[in-house]
Amino acid sequence: MATTAEKKKQNSLGLGDSKWAYAPSPESTSHINLKKQYELFIDGKFVKPSSGKYFDTINPATEEKLSSIADADEKDVDKAVKAARKAYDKTWSKLPAKERGKYIYRIARLLQERAREFSVIETLDGGKPIRESRDIDIPLAANHFFYYAGWADKLEYAFPNRKPQSLGVAGQIIPWNFPLLMAAWKIAPALATGNTVVLKPAETTSLTALKLAELIADSGLPDGVVNIVTGAGRTGAAIVNHPDIDKIAFTGSTDVGKLIQKAIAGTGKKATLELGGKAANIIFEDAPIDQAVEGIVNGIFFNQGHVCCAGSRLFVQEGVADIVIRKLKDRLETLIVGDPLDKNTDIGAINSKQQLATINKYIEIGKKEGADFYQSKCSIPSKGYFCRPTLFLNASQSHRVVQEEIFGPVLTVQTFRTVEEVIEKANNIPYGLSAGVWTDKGSKIFNLTNKLRAGVVWANTYNKFDPASPFGGYKESGFGREGGLHGLMPYLKF
Amino acid sequence: MRKQSITNLSLPDFSKTTTIDQVGVEERVARFQTRSIKKESKVQGLKLALNMIDLTTLEGKDTEGKVKQLCYKAAHLHDIMHGIPTVAAVCVYPTFVKLAKKQLEGTGIKVASVATAFPSGQSTRKVKISDTHFAVDNGADEVDMVISRGEFLEGNYSYVFDEIAAVKEACGAARLKVILETGELSTLDNVRRASEIAIYAGADFIKTSTGKISPAATQPVTLVMLETIRDYYYKTGKMVGMKPAGGISTAKIALQYLVMLRETLGDKWLTNEWYRFGASSLANDILMQLQKEQDGVYQSGDYFSKD
Repeated sequence: MATTAEKKKQNSLGLGDSKWAYAPSPESTSHINLKKQYELFIDGKFVKPSSGKYFDTINPATEEKLSSIADADEKDVDKAVKAARKAYDKTWSKLPAKERGKYIYRIARLLQERAREFSVIETLDGGKPIRESRDIDIPLAANHFFYYAGWADKLEYAFPNRKPQSLGVAGQIIPWNFPLLMAAWKIAPALATGNTVVLKPAETTSLTALKLAELIADSGLPDGVVNIVTGAGRTGAAIVNHPDIDKIAFTGSTDVGKLIQKAIAGTGKKATLELGGKAANIIFEDAPIDQAVEGIVNGIFFNQGHVCCAGSRLFVQEGVADIVIRKLKDRLETLIVGDPLDKNTDIGAINSKQQLATINKYIEIGKKEGADFYQSKCSIPSKGYFCRPTLFLNASQSHRVVQEEIFGPVLTVQTFRTVEEVIEKANNIPYGLSAGVWTDKGSKIFNLTNKLRAGVVWANTYNKFDPASPFGGYKESGFGREGGLHGLMPYLKF
Repeated sequence: MRKQSITNLSLPDFSKTTTIDQVGVEERVARFQTRSIKKESKVQGLKLALNMIDLTTLEGKDTEGKVKQLCYKAAHLHDIMHGIPTVAAVCVYPTFVKLAKKQLEGTGIKVASVATAFPSGQSTRKVKISDTHFAVDNGADEVDMVISRGEFLEGNYSYVFDEIAAVKEACGAARLKVILETGELSTLDNVRRASEIAIYAGADFIKTSTGKISPAATQPVTLVMLETIRDYYYKTGKMVGMKPAGGISTAKIALQYLVMLRETLGDKWLTNEWYRFGASSLANDILMQLQKEQDGVYQSGDYFSKD
């Protein structure tokens, strides 16, 4: 039995003085099935690229190679488009709408069944924390298929008296920030409306699209309805310029979006472009401050800031600026940056070396411009591409870090005094994708949602997505809507 | 002299009180629940939680026998296992304070007493003060008072404030825990406001519940209270303790509370000087988990004493 003295010692163990560290908790990779080499998915089969060329896809957290990916050229894209056209003419457009719906439901269910494998691969290939791929990306992708499966046989009711008809072959080019989710955003409405698809994933994150191709093959979807071709800009250009494509759907940078629009001018191809953003996240004095700080963090550090609708420009009303910034700085210290597979990781790896260079370039620009630079003191792994959560305090509209999309965990902080002032500043940007408003007052929210030129405005929350809710931008953030009833329209003619 | 110290305190400026968004609070709480705590980290967390428990018995049927057994349990949680701490305190009604004090002599375990017409608080200030004096005179190290929720909901904030200040005065050297009984306050904005009143009136700890009202402690309520403590610390540099009480019966949930504490107030508060769990059955579940971490298998509940 312990003596009294020992008891005393135990009672004052000083546990509070010691750091209570969370033990590493990495998700196992033993259950995933990755091939050494991936081919192109054309006409229901995996085929070698005509050039015989492959490129590496790597894990950005370790810089290790994961697999080889086929590099599709114009010939391969042409094969894919021909397969899609044949499938459209011979089978898909002839199928009763409710049968189309059944296939899409089947894809959704298979995705749910294999969610764990998809989550791990998404995290390995793209660097996003497993918490996000497991809780957001993959479930949301499955939900998009479920949602649009439901519309397949109800298009007449979605657009009464307008005789909705499919377009034909859709060429779809998606980015690297939400690889599988973007594939779902594109493929699900296209199939539901009766179109066939040629899809190109981004070259740094092809794996989950190729796993989706395997899943689609397993689902028994008729050959050629979905074709997946991998490669970089040249492959994308081949899709955009192919004469037998009826519609281009692109999510990516504003620069590439402009090139696409030039390329398809005068061709009769329909297009939806979902491009860059530089959203204002606006905190009023009467906001729920602690929850707003969470919203700021979620707005800019979700997916390492690789989010086109990220709340990358923070506006804080001057009466609460000091407390908001103090709380924000404290909160940054609790964010765990590191191994994306660890369940406790909040911020994973930057998607590619190139993107890390871009972010670092902007950090240097910001420092030179004279905004106050602040980074959290967290440790980051020595290998792999990582960036600490970064703030530029006391920034102004004339700073490039305020004007240009950085696409990384970098937040600019500006203060404002009046509602008119913040509306003017929020809209004073070429982009118009999204915005956030934080206030306890409902009337203020409605006033701002009317005046902000942004496709999505979140009130007292940020970065919330739902298949039933349309998403898309104003100005240089693009045009057309994805998600919801509106997301059907770009794939239909009336 | 007594009057003077009261007038030094004043009600907080509620125009500076932040609003609370319940949905946002719940979202933040959900994040604490998904932190993965395993292996050494789990053992460390469990010992920390065990050391923060106010082992409690607050029943009409409490007897000297019951209190004696509880005190023995507090000092000898599971003697068969080495390297485990004791609980922080034993929490009893004022009439058992003297007994508990004697039983726990030399253990370092504190005696906390509820007071001020616990649990309803429906009595006169005079009765409440004398209740407090009785507990302190019998040797209570800590006093757990209840606020007048009726007065609070009527908007008589200065009444609630003055009452807490008066009880604090009556406590003398004993530390004062102020029970807000959040289950009766209905909104998180009220929880925030009541927390501020208690802290500004001199509370050493703020506490969620009596355990007699459902819901007792919840994680959203606790987070709002921790954030109030943090704001006060930002402003004054003074620390205030936190005690969620009632309904925290498993080790898993206790660890979630500690994650919340660690990520909201940080290491300075990760000690039983500034954080307590008011609980009766939590200790045994923690012991069972610690035994499991040591042996790799769960033991039957019958290997752990139920006092």
